[in-house]
Amino acid sequence: MSQTVTGAVTAAVRDLVDDSDLRMIGLTMGGVYLVATLLAIAAGYDVGGIVNTLRAITVFAAGYGMLVLALNLHWGYTGLFNIGVAGFMAIGTYVTAILSAPPELSPGAGLGLPIPIAVLGGMLAAAIAGVLTALPALKMRADYLAIVTVALSEIIRLSIKSQTLAEVSVAGVTVGTGGGRGISYPAPSDAASWLIELVPGGTLLYPAGAAVGIARPVVTGLVYMLILVAFTAAFYWLLVQIGQSPFGRVLKAIREDELVASALGKDTRIFKLKVFAVGCALMGLGGYLWLGRSGFVNDLSFRPDITFFVFVALIIGGAGSNTGSVLGGIIFSGVLFYLPQFISQNFVRAARAPDTFVEALSGDLAGYLVANISALRFVAIGVLLVWLMQRRPEGILGHRIEAAAAIDLRGGRPEGPEDD
Amino acid sequence: MTEGVPLRVDGLRMEFGGITAVDGTSFVVEEGTLTGLIGPNGAGKSTTFNCITGVYTPTAGHVYFGGEDITGLAPHQIARRGLVRTFQIARELEEMTVFENMMLAPQGQRGESLLASVVPGLRDAVIEEERELRTAVWETLEFFEIDHLAHEYAGNLSGGQRKLLELARALMTDPDLLLLDEPLAGVNPTLENKLLERIHALRAEGYTFLLVEHDMEVIMENCAHVIVMHQGRVLAEGAPAAIREDAAVIDAYLGEPV
Amino acid sequence: MGVASRVGHLRRRLPALSGEVIVTILIIALLGDLLRRLLTGIIGGPYLASVLIEGLTIGLAYGLAGIGLSMTYSILSFANFAHGDTMTIGAMSGWSVAYLLGGIGTATAGELLLLDANPGLSITASFGVVIIGVIAAGTLTAGLTVLVDRLVYRPMRRADGIPLLIASIGVALAFRYLAAFFYGTDVMGITQPSGKLALLRVDGTTGIGVLAANQGGSELVATGEVAGFIALASTTAPTGTILSVTLHSVVLIVVASLLMLAVHLLLQRTKMGKAMRAMADNKPLAQVTGIPTERVIRLTWIIGGALAGVAGFLIVLKSGTVSFNFGWRILLFIFAAVILGGIGSVYGAIAGGLVIGIVDSVAIVWLPSGLTKVAAFAVLILVLIVRPEGIFRGVTTA
Repeated sequence: MSQTVTGAVTAAVRDLVDDSDLRMIGLTMGGVYLVATLLAIAAGYDVGGIVNTLRAITVFAAGYGMLVLALNLHWGYTGLFNIGVAGFMAIGTYVTAILSAPPELSPGAGLGLPIPIAVLGGMLAAAIAGVLTALPALKMRADYLAIVTVALSEIIRLSIKSQTLAEVSVAGVTVGTGGGRGISYPAPSDAASWLIELVPGGTLLYPAGAAVGIARPVVTGLVYMLILVAFTAAFYWLLVQIGQSPFGRVLKAIREDELVASALGKDTRIFKLKVFAVGCALMGLGGYLWLGRSGFVNDLSFRPDITFFVFVALIIGGAGSNTGSVLGGIIFSGVLFYLPQFISQNFVRAARAPDTFVEALSGDLAGYLVANISALRFVAIGVLLVWLMQRRPEGILGHRIEAAAAIDLRGGRPEGPEDD
Repeated sequence: MTEGVPLRVDGLRMEFGGITAVDGTSFVVEEGTLTGLIGPNGAGKSTTFNCITGVYTPTAGHVYFGGEDITGLAPHQIARRGLVRTFQIARELEEMTVFENMMLAPQGQRGESLLASVVPGLRDAVIEEERELRTAVWETLEFFEIDHLAHEYAGNLSGGQRKLLELARALMTDPDLLLLDEPLAGVNPTLENKLLERIHALRAEGYTFLLVEHDMEVIMENCAHVIVMHQGRVLAEGAPAAIREDAAVIDAYLGEPV
Repeated sequence: MGVASRVGHLRRRLPALSGEVIVTILIIALLGDLLRRLLTGIIGGPYLASVLIEGLTIGLAYGLAGIGLSMTYSILSFANFAHGDTMTIGAMSGWSVAYLLGGIGTATAGELLLLDANPGLSITASFGVVIIGVIAAGTLTAGLTVLVDRLVYRPMRRADGIPLLIASIGVALAFRYLAAFFYGTDVMGITQPSGKLALLRVDGTTGIGVLAANQGGSELVATGEVAGFIALASTTAPTGTILSVTLHSVVLIVVASLLMLAVHLLLQRTKMGKAMRAMADNKPLAQVTGIPTERVIRLTWIIGGALAGVAGFLIVLKSGTVSFNFGWRILLFIFAAVILGGIGSVYGAIAGGLVIGIVDSVAIVWLPSGLTKVAAFAVLILVLIVRPEGIFRGVTTA
């Protein structure tokens, strides 16, 4: 059957749109964009401001997307209850930071290695940390693993904060975490300007943006946003490859009933170790690209709260589903995190909002509520979590159990030669 | 599998705290047979079963599989060698389809390596293998007449259907010796016949079976060789006719509630 | 014979080389080093004693809070991640009541309830009010806990441990950020310093007495200046404090001990107590034998909640400050105490609490102050790896 060029292109686009997974993601993101745009207009933002707001939301969504996908590999696929996500993010980010930071830069001190090597080093460190965590915990029941991982996450954070490791001399070279002051290093977001200058005609983006009212830093920011989204897409691709394969099949079996998996000859320990390593490496990379994008982190960047937020996002979207992970990341970061913050920052007549609840009672209660929406949204998240566990523990897409095979298993017994 | 009988249990002993569940059990399972292991409650059948399959490490004694000493090995190592078990209460992976359950079972799948599944060039070989497995799965499902359930979630199957799946899945591992743990427990007579029919057919193809069962009659009617356990030891061993006449067996069973 | 089976055989013959043995050796080595430092004068006797007392005090609080966590873990079969924030609620509500009563006339009711105006409470300045605060903390937290059970956990009675754990994380978030909403996120000073119970030397006599908050040991001239002075021995050493503990710490020790005794009596002497122990040991059996499980569960929450609330209140009394997430920050310590002692064992929780408190405190001998917590967490991880059933071999729920 011959097709015209336009016919082929239309078919490709239709395929993309028909792919219900991508459609869902697109629609959800679009919905968040719409609400955000309306709010920004209401807050009196100009075009540049609106674009910047959408950019910030997308960065958040991409960052959460990466981490939720990584956690999905552990918890959704393999049933490993890892709530030390923040700790592995910290290791990945800090090791990359130390490897890439120039020796003279302060606070913190590093080896000044090229960034790609530093990134690989960070991921490797996070992977090793994952394996070391998993080794003794291979036979642990889920809730004990949860406690171990959260304890480990705290140990990591305390070590980072400690002055003891702020500056250490190893074989004549001084490296350090910077202790409580944090560490500075070449910012990942600089990759955007580097890319703009590398691509022919890239610098045209600046005047193009200026013409529409988008400032130069925002243009650079938009490019970095695209880089992050690309990484999120790469994470998604990787996880689909893993999930839809015999390897992924064994992971699911481990989650369902580890005894059966081993009775069928699978060495479940090796699978768990591999999964822990890969997942933690991804968490390390995600932490660096997202939380560490500005070129500075300290121990507060990796509070245990972050782990729980990633968890909530995963549960909302549906543990076990990669598309669900991305959706959960978008919904959580956009709706539950960013928008309330946005409202609070822009719709509060700051000078007149009451300082304390007491004053609010006798004065402007609504103002107090809006000003403190940050706290209230976490209350809402907590209530949402309870509701989900009671009514819909599988989340939005959790009931869609993505089949774990490298080929499409659906359909009847094939008669002749197959081509899928 | 090297030389020797498929399975030889030698002086097996298993103690839990103060209790000796298995006390010096020895028997042999010959190749290509249907052997039955029976005994009243508490005779030590399950414990022996678990010692053979690596769930427990016996306190003393040895288990030889095809001449190799497999005592103390982990369950997956034993399964890899061709000694595969089923579970008494069928353990279906409920959130996976029948098809996925079946595709899981074959050993040494190329795609079980992380790299092979992910790296684009290597994945092609995995896809090839998946296609071959799919064909094998269809054949096996048809043999057990559950092919119409291929895309059902295993959690939705009835009890009897699960038993069939359990056996079909075990078969996909290409075993030499199948240990069936009460495969007919709670199964209706029609299905029981079907299962036994399949087992006999498989035996004719060369598979060896060791059945642990509670129902003495079924074992007597179907197995060429019967091992009777009582209080942790082998009480008698031999052809069903001989077992029926054995004084010690009659004693033991008469003294117990049937 | 393959390598794998050889390892299997080896495992059978060398049970001695277990994690437990290694840990015991480690403990002995550490104790030995401690003794060495003591004997060679690297650390002084009084210093070590004060470190131990500090650890014991906070450990009692951990143990008190741990009782509730241990009981819910065994009777309801899940790890309650909201327990720390329950302690925060207890502290906040108890002190709000204390402020309201103790600060009448100094500020508006609203300001007092939200801990915005400080009426300068302490055990010596306002004994009755503080005690009422303790009682309020216990009762209010107990009530809230029962309410949460009815809304959150009771509809999930048949759920697995993990969904319940996740739900409790939701409860924790709700508690914590409600506290943040009402009280703000700053650290708040709660009490004013109270006196100290001291072992001291005055004017040639060693004895025990109570110093006021602003009294320095070395400035004393005569024993009469020290309230309630009990002479022990004569001494030639100069005047000064050897060892002291704040009165607020003393209150913590006394109240916690009394409550633990009360729990002990409840569990051993009353019918409900026996029912609770039965349920902790073997829930299905307990249900079958006609024990009123819902009532036992409610009692578990009441006791657990009350003790957590009181523990939170007392910790704030001792430390002098409170913030909206202080309970969350010590949750891991409470888990460590419970797991070390053995889930389901009330006495285990108490013992575990003391050990964790002392570990955290004594770690200062070897570790810099920023890392002492690491020691306690390391203990937690070690226990889970080597001996997850804990010291007292508590019930392991499925």
